[in-house]
Amino acid sequence: MTTRRLVLSRGAALVGAASTGLLLPQIARAQSNKIRVGFMLPYTGTYAQLGVAIENGVRMAINERGGKLGGREIEWFKVDDESEPSKGVENANRLVQRDKVDVLIGTVHSGVQMGIQRVARESGVLSLIPNAGAHAATRALCAPNVFRTSFTNSQPTLALGKPMVDKGLKKAVWITWKYAAGDEAFEGFKESYTKAGGTIIKELGLPFPNVEFQALLTEIASLRPDAVACFFAGGGAAKFIKDYAAAGLKDKIPLWGSGFLTEGVLDAAGPAAEGVMTTLHYSDSLDLPKNRQFRLDYAKAFKLQPDVYAVQGYDTGVLLSQGVATVKGDIANKQALYRALETQTIDSPRGKWTMSKAHNPVQDIYLRRVEKGDNKVVGIAAKALSDSGAGCKLASA
Amino acid sequence: MSAPKANLETLPRGVQAVLAAGLVALLVFPFVGTEFYAQMVARMMILAIFAMSLDLLLGVTGLVSLGHAAYFGLAGYALAFVTPQDSAASLWWTLPVAVAASGLAALVIGFFVVRTKGIYFIMVTMAFAQMVFYLFFDNKVLGGSDGVYINFKPNAGLFDLEDKRVFYYFTLAMLVLVYLFLRRLLFSPFGRALAGIRVNEHRMRAMGFGTFGYKLAAFTLSGALAGLAGYLWGAQTGFINPELMGFHMSAHAIMMVILGGMGNFAGAIAGAFAFEYLLHAFKDLPAIGGFETGKHWQLWMGLFIVLVVTFAPRGLLGLAERVLRRRDTQIQEPPLAATEAAHVE
Amino acid sequence: MRAGNPSSCEARAQTPGFARFAAHHPPTGTSRALLPFSMDLPNFLIQLLNSVQYGLLLFMLAAGLTLIFGIMGVVNLAHGSFYMLGAYLAWSLAAKTGSLALAIVAGTVLSVLFGLVLERILFRHFYHRDHLDQVLLTFGLIYIFEESRSILWGDDVHGVTIPQLLSASIPLTDNLSYPVYRLFMSGVCVLLALGLYFLISKTRLGMKIRAGAFNHEMTEALGINVKLIHAVVFALGVGLASIAGMIASPISSVYPNMGSQVLIMCFVVVVIGGIGSVRGALISALLVGLVDTFGKVLLPHIAGMLVYMLMAAVLLWKPEGLFKQ
Repeated sequence: MTTRRLVLSRGAALVGAASTGLLLPQIARAQSNKIRVGFMLPYTGTYAQLGVAIENGVRMAINERGGKLGGREIEWFKVDDESEPSKGVENANRLVQRDKVDVLIGTVHSGVQMGIQRVARESGVLSLIPNAGAHAATRALCAPNVFRTSFTNSQPTLALGKPMVDKGLKKAVWITWKYAAGDEAFEGFKESYTKAGGTIIKELGLPFPNVEFQALLTEIASLRPDAVACFFAGGGAAKFIKDYAAAGLKDKIPLWGSGFLTEGVLDAAGPAAEGVMTTLHYSDSLDLPKNRQFRLDYAKAFKLQPDVYAVQGYDTGVLLSQGVATVKGDIANKQALYRALETQTIDSPRGKWTMSKAHNPVQDIYLRRVEKGDNKVVGIAAKALSDSGAGCKLASA
Repeated sequence: MSAPKANLETLPRGVQAVLAAGLVALLVFPFVGTEFYAQMVARMMILAIFAMSLDLLLGVTGLVSLGHAAYFGLAGYALAFVTPQDSAASLWWTLPVAVAASGLAALVIGFFVVRTKGIYFIMVTMAFAQMVFYLFFDNKVLGGSDGVYINFKPNAGLFDLEDKRVFYYFTLAMLVLVYLFLRRLLFSPFGRALAGIRVNEHRMRAMGFGTFGYKLAAFTLSGALAGLAGYLWGAQTGFINPELMGFHMSAHAIMMVILGGMGNFAGAIAGAFAFEYLLHAFKDLPAIGGFETGKHWQLWMGLFIVLVVTFAPRGLLGLAERVLRRRDTQIQEPPLAATEAAHVE
Repeated sequence: MRAGNPSSCEARAQTPGFARFAAHHPPTGTSRALLPFSMDLPNFLIQLLNSVQYGLLLFMLAAGLTLIFGIMGVVNLAHGSFYMLGAYLAWSLAAKTGSLALAIVAGTVLSVLFGLVLERILFRHFYHRDHLDQVLLTFGLIYIFEESRSILWGDDVHGVTIPQLLSASIPLTDNLSYPVYRLFMSGVCVLLALGLYFLISKTRLGMKIRAGAFNHEMTEALGINVKLIHAVVFALGVGLASIAGMIASPISSVYPNMGSQVLIMCFVVVVIGGIGSVRGALISALLVGLVDTFGKVLLPHIAGMLVYMLMAAVLLWKPEGLFKQ
């Protein structure tokens, strides 16, 4: 054994330790006038589609307004959060500590959002949430530097109860995945449905992300409710709709749900989705001039049809742009910036909306029915619906 | 069923020199690198402790556990549950409690698991870890799928862990202590017995060793040390979620141990650093002519893993060993094919 | 005639006996024939049917895995990726040719070829390697396959339409129907199970396979081309998983990460059944189907953990699974 037996075991550690600090490109924090915007979104995995849509929306909004923020150039950063909650803090810190972003836009998955929330509250970075609906972000854990442009998990379902009872569907079964988003969606449904006079005869849940629905569909049939209300999203939603129809329940027991049930999955679900009623703060078919224009522009720019995620991304870009413009680019003046963001009215493809005291959108929730593969808006299920913001210090101020 | 592997256990002088140099580098790093990278290195050190704990089980005793992350996460949860919402908890009792919690869980689960062998051992460790995962994921009382926060770093009294540099050195101290402890253990009678079990369990039993007890002890100790790493992780990030106990985390731990080279703990440290570094490097790859190389980091990671396993199965240590091998006495690996075929399960 | 169910007339004629009983005697709140765990008989029977159908699909996947495992001793974590491969092939080929049947045939051929290539260039060199190395290799492969899927086919959710012939539903009660397609799926699984049994126990190829698993060197010494056997078995495993993905695609939809969800369940089935035992995989798959189905309905709070508890319990009782090879 010679000393030349240089097993680079520790060498690897040495290289790893040293180069991370010294050899990796140091972000030259020169006296730049650029505003640093960081995306923390899922670019791989189940939600990759959503991450891309959100980023597209943000960029489109900012490009429409000249491609600058408050007259200042933008430097973009991104990190793929893989929808992996265990790396949430780490990835957020990458943008906040290493890339020193001024604004963090993210993310889709609520579990990851909790990690971002932690970093946002610790570091004070301006954090814009373009999707994750976890209640805590604008309730118990709200912060002056955290703004959400999407929804809370219970907002769509808060608008679900009354329309169902109005249609005479007074006994319902609720079904969803047993995880935070499902629980919070149920919270909204329970409140609105019971308040309107409905009875929830059973609450069914299956482990996330299990998609074997047959057992529970059989259970639903034997319970004989007037209707079924649910929360599912993505591939699981498409499967649920198809299984529901294949089990013959589609025409016997009306299916209602939080709008995510029919977002982005109508192609996959096919004719099985016809007639499904949902509530959401947006719909592709929304007949507003702003929406029509938005859809044309988006399709032209990205050769894709936009969805609610793209709209949320777009609104994030609009909010940021308007906010920074109001303070004329001086984002260092945080108090003024936050006040500017709080008081914006966003002229969105979903309709005009404003920020609640807890920094969540106060928005109209639309009632939609699936007709010919489209979510057709049949009415407004709730006007100017605001999340309670319970436990948020900003809301009680 | 596992082919007996001769591990590099006594580190040659060159390696020891490199180790010492590495230690110096780590000592100096916070003054040289930015705060972000210091935190990253601290995280790598925590993962190195995690990897070393698995190395005791995997590299030394030869038990392949696909559920080691359960003990990692449990200690983090323990810290989360004992830390009050609005103040810090004392380091001096929360650390032992968290480590003990992980150790106890490992003891209980180990009692059931250690009787199985081979692939069944792998699967049943995975099963128990999944059970623990679902226990936390499905129950809001335990934090549910969104996880729990640890709002204040543990209060150490004599030094302030909220200061990032102090935390870094505390972690480094833990890393060194665990390393020294495990190295001592490796050459103690207990450690020799474990190595013997890895090489040939039947023979150990024939010689009168109660192998069940030894394996269980190794399983428990590994779990406790994983808990130490998990406690530090929770203290550093302030956020614990069920994925920290999940399948992916366990698989990453195995990769770290294998990447570095098993059985001597230095390899585990190297593997942890190298793996984490690579993960970051791949994600940071710049776009080459419109092809977003960084976006497809999973592809590079996957290719790297496949290449390592195909050409450097004994990790960086093994690779360098082979590359620099001179024709001197080396413990020959017994022919693998014969032992394998006879034991098709 | 039930409104909204166009094929109920024909379906009626084919309805199994108990279902006709249930249709004429709909279960009421205080139903007859209450079983101990407060589920009425028709409901119970339908849940049983659900369990069997799910179990059979799991079996398809598990059979391939257990064969590869038992015969070649290779742990293959990437097995779920073959399932995903099948689903994506079914979707893209069906979209191109307009026929799911054609897509399945073409997809099967492509998958088997892929399996042969993969075996030849990669897996072959890992038969005698440590399980640990195999775990690592296949874990790396998962990354590669997922990313390749993303590059080739994108990240969207897709649907596959059920062929017109099989798109009816059989009414079981007055408000619940059972999709014919699921019966078709179960039928295919049963056929494949029988085919597998026949292949392994009654043909010369099967004999050689079993011999190779029993004693590798001896078989080779007898002049049998063990390398070829291995290639065949591997391709068979890949093919089975891929077919499972293909025929399940109209039901499950096609989306990223669909392989990982089914993989763990598949492993549980293989381990409970006993590695290398196809018979064991069948029994165990049905068992897992039962536990999963009834667990969701009766014990929802621990439904996520139930199957793992089952696995742990079985292994504690019989550390090598239910059946030896």
